[in-house]
Amino acid sequence: MSARLRWRKFVSNFMLTLTGICAAVSVGILFFILGYLVFNGGTSVNWAFFTQLPKPVGEVGGGMANAIVGSAKLLLAASLFGVPIGFFGGIYLAEFSGAKVASVVRYAADLLNGVPSIVIGIFAYSMVVLPFKHFSTLAGAFALGLMMIPITLRSTEEFLSAVPRMLREGAMALGASRWKTITTVIVPAAYRGILTAILLALARVAGETAPLLFTAFGNRFWSQGWGQPTASLPVMIFTYAVSPYDDWHRQAWAAGLVLLGLILIINILARTILSRGIAVPRG
Amino acid sequence: MKGVGPAVGSRSFVSKLRDGDEIARLITFLFAASVVLITVLLVYELWINSALARDKFGLHFFVTRVWDPVMDEYGALPFIFGTVMTSTVALLIAVPLGIGASIFLAELAPARVSDTLQFFIDLLAAVPSVIYGLLGVFIVVPLMRTVIYPALNKPFGYLPIFKGPSYGVGFLTAGIVLAIMVIPYIISVSREVLLSVPRDQREAALALGSTRWESTWKVVVPFAKSGIMGSIFLALARALGETMAVTMVIGNTPTIAASLFSPGDTIASVIANQFTEATGDLYLQALIALGLVLFLLTFVLNGLARLLIVVTTQKGSGMGNQ
Repeated sequence: MSARLRWRKFVSNFMLTLTGICAAVSVGILFFILGYLVFNGGTSVNWAFFTQLPKPVGEVGGGMANAIVGSAKLLLAASLFGVPIGFFGGIYLAEFSGAKVASVVRYAADLLNGVPSIVIGIFAYSMVVLPFKHFSTLAGAFALGLMMIPITLRSTEEFLSAVPRMLREGAMALGASRWKTITTVIVPAAYRGILTAILLALARVAGETAPLLFTAFGNRFWSQGWGQPTASLPVMIFTYAVSPYDDWHRQAWAAGLVLLGLILIINILARTILSRGIAVPRG
Repeated sequence: MKGVGPAVGSRSFVSKLRDGDEIARLITFLFAASVVLITVLLVYELWINSALARDKFGLHFFVTRVWDPVMDEYGALPFIFGTVMTSTVALLIAVPLGIGASIFLAELAPARVSDTLQFFIDLLAAVPSVIYGLLGVFIVVPLMRTVIYPALNKPFGYLPIFKGPSYGVGFLTAGIVLAIMVIPYIISVSREVLLSVPRDQREAALALGSTRWESTWKVVVPFAKSGIMGSIFLALARALGETMAVTMVIGNTPTIAASLFSPGDTIASVIANQFTEATGDLYLQALIALGLVLFLLTFVLNGLARLLIVVTTQKGSGMGNQ
């Protein structure tokens, strides 16, 4: 083996090892984040965290019950707004629309998907907060719902289009109308993929903070209703983390652990169990 | 998907109506149309609600260094500077790491390992930005003060970019956190693009006597070049619009300084910080104008990224079919 060849082989092995290290570092970050959160937040996640309201500034203890309920309400309302638009819009694209209309809608959805979340927040502010002159749970849900639309729409369309043509033709040959074919044959055949995508969309917006800052705002108490500001886990983490109080830092870690745990569990369940054998789209 | 099956054309409008087909088409159309409407409305609202600021400052908005709510004087330059600075740092770290990792996943790792690692990368992409911010505040900021700053300032302090004191927060801290956040996007997209490179390209290079690395670096990567560029643009678009993590570690002071250790502000972080306390109309509209700038930037970058990725993957599949 000549020196030149030996050198080339050395470079090859060296660079390939380097790429392996890059991959190891990138994946390692995930486990580091998880480990660090468990280490710091694990001891602070207790019964009080889930059941009590935040204590007044300066007092130690309390929990984030209002933020947990607030987040749940925001996600529920966001899904009720975003999922139908995405789902039925996706059905239209896959089953009814012509190529031109479809490309316009797809383009709009992709554009919406790329809008920074803080800009979504500004939009929700000017659409909901300004007219009602009030920060509100609904405004926050509107912002989050908007962010669910593109993922739901594109994946509904994709999974419906992937249903084999024969199923469609079989149903129609039996005399079923288009709509009947869609509801009884095509959607059931594709539902696992669609449900996966919806869950992933939900997990994605569950951690969104920026669009809530000036829509749902925040609240140290129970929210008085859908038209009133509400606390949410992500915003609580933000406020507590940048505060000067040690006890708030402790609670920020606990909230971070709960939030991330929830998001990762939804992700893992959706990606492994529900979507076995289906190519899952990336948000 | 239109007109599937021969039966459709022969059925009368009335019978279709009775089966609910036309109603279903109309209703689903309304939902699809509302997506377009929402998007148009979003642009419209940003445009209308920044009119005051656009009229008053015009293009000077982009070159004015002053951001003074008391005097009602607003310029975007410090925030544009901060955004460019943090994104540049982020890409300088994330691009080599991300491309290296994607080469490993696409070229070296067995399919099973590659899929498992990609699964973890997808999970990493799902971690919300406020969690990155939390870790940034309590890990990267102290690390910056105690390790990174001394290591860079002592030997290289004469360089303008490493000059001056460090408060822990600043451009470099934000850039590092951003880098970690965008790596998953670079990896996922680059890996897919690399996997779409036809097999015979690799085999031809190996048959000509190149080493594994040479075939990867001189043949496969150049083939996938524009797609990889696309993944970088995508990551850049994410980095520009990223709000929470940056807001938590950048220091939130509108500064234009060469030093990476200097605290600063980005477009997204200033909106996050000042929007709720913006009292005057002009103040609020100046912030919305910043939002408009951010929207336009990400719009252009995302468009370019999509174009590049589509071009590359189609090139790959086109070759594969021959």
